[in-house]
Amino acid sequence: MKRRLLPALPTLTILAMLGPVAAGLYWKILPAFGHFPAAGAYGPNLDAFRAIFAWPGFSEAAWLSIRTGLIATSISLMIVVLLTAGWSGTRAFRVLERALSPLLSVPHAAAAFGLAFLIAPSGWIARLISPWLTGWEQPLDLLIIRDPLCITLALGLIIKEVPFLLLMTIAALSQSDAHRKMAVAQALGYGRITGWVKVVFPSVYAQIRLPVYVVLAYAMTVVDVALILGPTTPPPLSVQIVNWMSDPDLMLRLQGASAALIQLILVIAALGFWRMVEALAARLGRIWIQKGTRGQNDTIIRNAALVLGVTTASAVFLGILILTLWSFAGFWSFPNATPDAFTLRNWQRHGPGVSDAVWETAIIALTAAVIALVLTIGCLEAEHRYHLKMGKGGVWLLYLPLLIPQVAFLPGLQTLFINMGAAMGRGPVILAHLIFVLPYVYLSLADPFRAWDARMGTIATALRATPDGVLWRVRLPMLLRPILTALAVGIAVSVGQYLPTLLIGGGRVTTLTTEALAIASGGDRRAIGVYGLMQTFAALVPFTLAILIPALIWRNRRGLRHG
Amino acid sequence: MKYLALIAALAPSVALADTNPGDWDAVVKAANGQTVYWHAWGGSTQTNDFIAWVGDRVQAEYGVTLEHVKLTDTADAVTRVLSEKQAGQNDDSAVDMIWINGANFAAMKEADLLFGPFAEQLPNWALVDVDGKTVQTDFTVPTDGMESPWAMAQVVFDYDTADISEPMGSMREILDWTAANPGRFTYPQPPDFLGTTFLKQVLVDILDDPSVLSAEATDANYAATTAPLWDYLDKLTPNLWRQGQAYPPTGTAMFPLISDGELDLSISFSPGAASAAIANFELPETVRTFVLDKGTIGNASFVAVPYNSGSTEGAMIVANFLLSPEAQARAQDPNLLGYGTVLNMDALTDMDRAKFDALDLGIATLSPAELGTAVAEPHPSWMTRIAEDWTARYGVAQ
Repeated sequence: MKRRLLPALPTLTILAMLGPVAAGLYWKILPAFGHFPAAGAYGPNLDAFRAIFAWPGFSEAAWLSIRTGLIATSISLMIVVLLTAGWSGTRAFRVLERALSPLLSVPHAAAAFGLAFLIAPSGWIARLISPWLTGWEQPLDLLIIRDPLCITLALGLIIKEVPFLLLMTIAALSQSDAHRKMAVAQALGYGRITGWVKVVFPSVYAQIRLPVYVVLAYAMTVVDVALILGPTTPPPLSVQIVNWMSDPDLMLRLQGASAALIQLILVIAALGFWRMVEALAARLGRIWIQKGTRGQNDTIIRNAALVLGVTTASAVFLGILILTLWSFAGFWSFPNATPDAFTLRNWQRHGPGVSDAVWETAIIALTAAVIALVLTIGCLEAEHRYHLKMGKGGVWLLYLPLLIPQVAFLPGLQTLFINMGAAMGRGPVILAHLIFVLPYVYLSLADPFRAWDARMGTIATALRATPDGVLWRVRLPMLLRPILTALAVGIAVSVGQYLPTLLIGGGRVTTLTTEALAIASGGDRRAIGVYGLMQTFAALVPFTLAILIPALIWRNRRGLRHG
Repeated sequence: MKYLALIAALAPSVALADTNPGDWDAVVKAANGQTVYWHAWGGSTQTNDFIAWVGDRVQAEYGVTLEHVKLTDTADAVTRVLSEKQAGQNDDSAVDMIWINGANFAAMKEADLLFGPFAEQLPNWALVDVDGKTVQTDFTVPTDGMESPWAMAQVVFDYDTADISEPMGSMREILDWTAANPGRFTYPQPPDFLGTTFLKQVLVDILDDPSVLSAEATDANYAATTAPLWDYLDKLTPNLWRQGQAYPPTGTAMFPLISDGELDLSISFSPGAASAAIANFELPETVRTFVLDKGTIGNASFVAVPYNSGSTEGAMIVANFLLSPEAQARAQDPNLLGYGTVLNMDALTDMDRAKFDALDLGIATLSPAELGTAVAEPHPSWMTRIAEDWTARYGVAQ
């Protein structure tokens, strides 16, 4: 790392993340106001907005988006808070934590497919209890998948967001002095949950606030999960935007651009609303704390929380199990709980397609994750050497690409790339993935990197090591495990990207995720099983390696195994 | 769609540097080593396998690499070419060939986004059944050689004989059956092409005189002509699967619903698809197909080449290969794909004809005689308006 380059890295990193977002937004705003000279439209005017408000499904689509976001976020947060409050520090909690961490890497689409196979009226749960218990020879005509209330869509998001928020909470716990606070609270006779919520939660929430906002923004604007589980009459706003953006009629593209701006405003409004509820909750919470109630029903709530947590984890695990079953299934009729016959044919058929997609996915994910890792280490090292400490604003910048809806800036970015002549191919897709990979890699590595014992560096310097030598020969090897974990996080994020690959790749770049969703539209469950499973593996294998490699390399260095 | 024409007028015209389709030897020579990105719907495993096979064959025989870009919606490819034209990307499109018909073709043709004419210069065009099949018009729009046919499709209804004993002869009968058996029938959500085809099929069948549909829809005749359709749908919708609150996204997405016993009856645009799906474990062996007494809507599937494709020669090689007896016989094999052929059996050599005669059309496939003559597609303007109205009436209601 050249000395002159290092101080510039933080700026470069911010540019790599925010540049495309800003450019994409800019290229979106002009067409939103009817200015699109290439299409013969000269603005500014409000025609496109008028057309959206005239679309009969608009208010419902907007409501769906808001409803899904608020339901999914508040329930995920509630499960995580009750679970941590009731069980942190126990063995059950450690088991659950270990079970949930790999779930974080399961791509949203695969989890959604699994959930659909599980809870549909003809799904596995119904098959398990039919007909001996229920008497159903035919599945009930029930609107579970694609329900207009978005409950199933919210569920599909919750099973993925609970692991995310839980791991964020666990990271925050270590900086909240939770142990001593709880010891005091319990000595004063507070129940486990009541005590935790009263004394630990306020400082934990301050730290996980941004991740919670990310969950809210994501749940409001998700496209792939909504395509699988969401309603269609009308669809949530984000799906409708994608429909408009891909219509051959150009007028609808202007409409898509305007709708994307409306979506952005909705997200900002929802975040504002959430902030207000936070303030209200804080005020009510203070009154509640002052009342000094010790908590009566803690045991019941505590057990309920465990049930919810276990249900969340098993929904994903069972879903993946069903994907596996379908991928080996011959004919499988209702109400049989297992396929009538097993076959290898599905894997033989899809094998060649899968292996092409696996390579493309791997190349893109590895490149994006490695670039993100280099930038992140550069930033953190620059922070360490030159004390370029990132303030509160910096953390916000880091989260910004995750807070702005993908549909709001990706189509604009696509137009920009086409105009630059870099219309298609792997390169632009990697750049687009980097926007989303970088924040996660940074968030994953920052804490362990900063927590490294600097006295090691002092010793090395005393032994005449240069700053670069300290970095390469002492710090990075010692941080092998967190570095590999950050890399695995980056790969998992890249594997799961649907919209950036689809829009920026122009169809020429097919990853496991785009392939899985293209095949999903045809409803062939055996194909979905094969692709969903491969998608899951693509994200899980790096995590496994991130655990195995350090264990192997440091097999005779016990102190280093845990980073 | 008028904006398309406008852009077309604004964009600089392109010099045709491509090889003349009439000089086939030159086409074959130029195609060697080219890569053709074929944008085609990717939701059907059978179709994907067939396209992969075509890729292997043209690679071996002509050195053309075929990449299947799996679309969820053909309009994506149209949009792509359009964006490229706006951006001045006039010589190397991301799209070299599109599986296309109907409104998408009409839009691209009108906006001058297509390469050609080339279709009728292809060597295998001589084998095509020009008189017996609608291969020179596409939803009443003349193809003018700008797209090359490769498969015939016709509406059939798939039904499970375990639950329905007799085929039904008309859309009215189907309506009565759904009233007696609520929740057991549905159709894909328009604007999916099979969903809109279902709407057209209803209209064609219940109108006393469907000939009005062959000309462009006008403000004057649209409302009165389609009134019986909306009346029909108002009666049908409450008895649909999930009471019409949700619809399957595509035609093939209804197969698992039949397998699970959620549906007894569904619609398909491929007479051989049910047999292929049975062979593939996707449908129970008790499924059969039927057509209506008055016949059902049929059309051809085409491939077209964008004006800015960098591999027009390679694309023509693929289009020509698709018309070969070898590819057509394979496409008609219900164990593999089950699409109707566009070829004229009398134009084939005995050996080639034997390939078709040897095909076992499959347990659920109707014979050509049983399929009868296909009813012509209405003018695309009907479909566009009906799809919009459908969305306003049923697609956004809670």
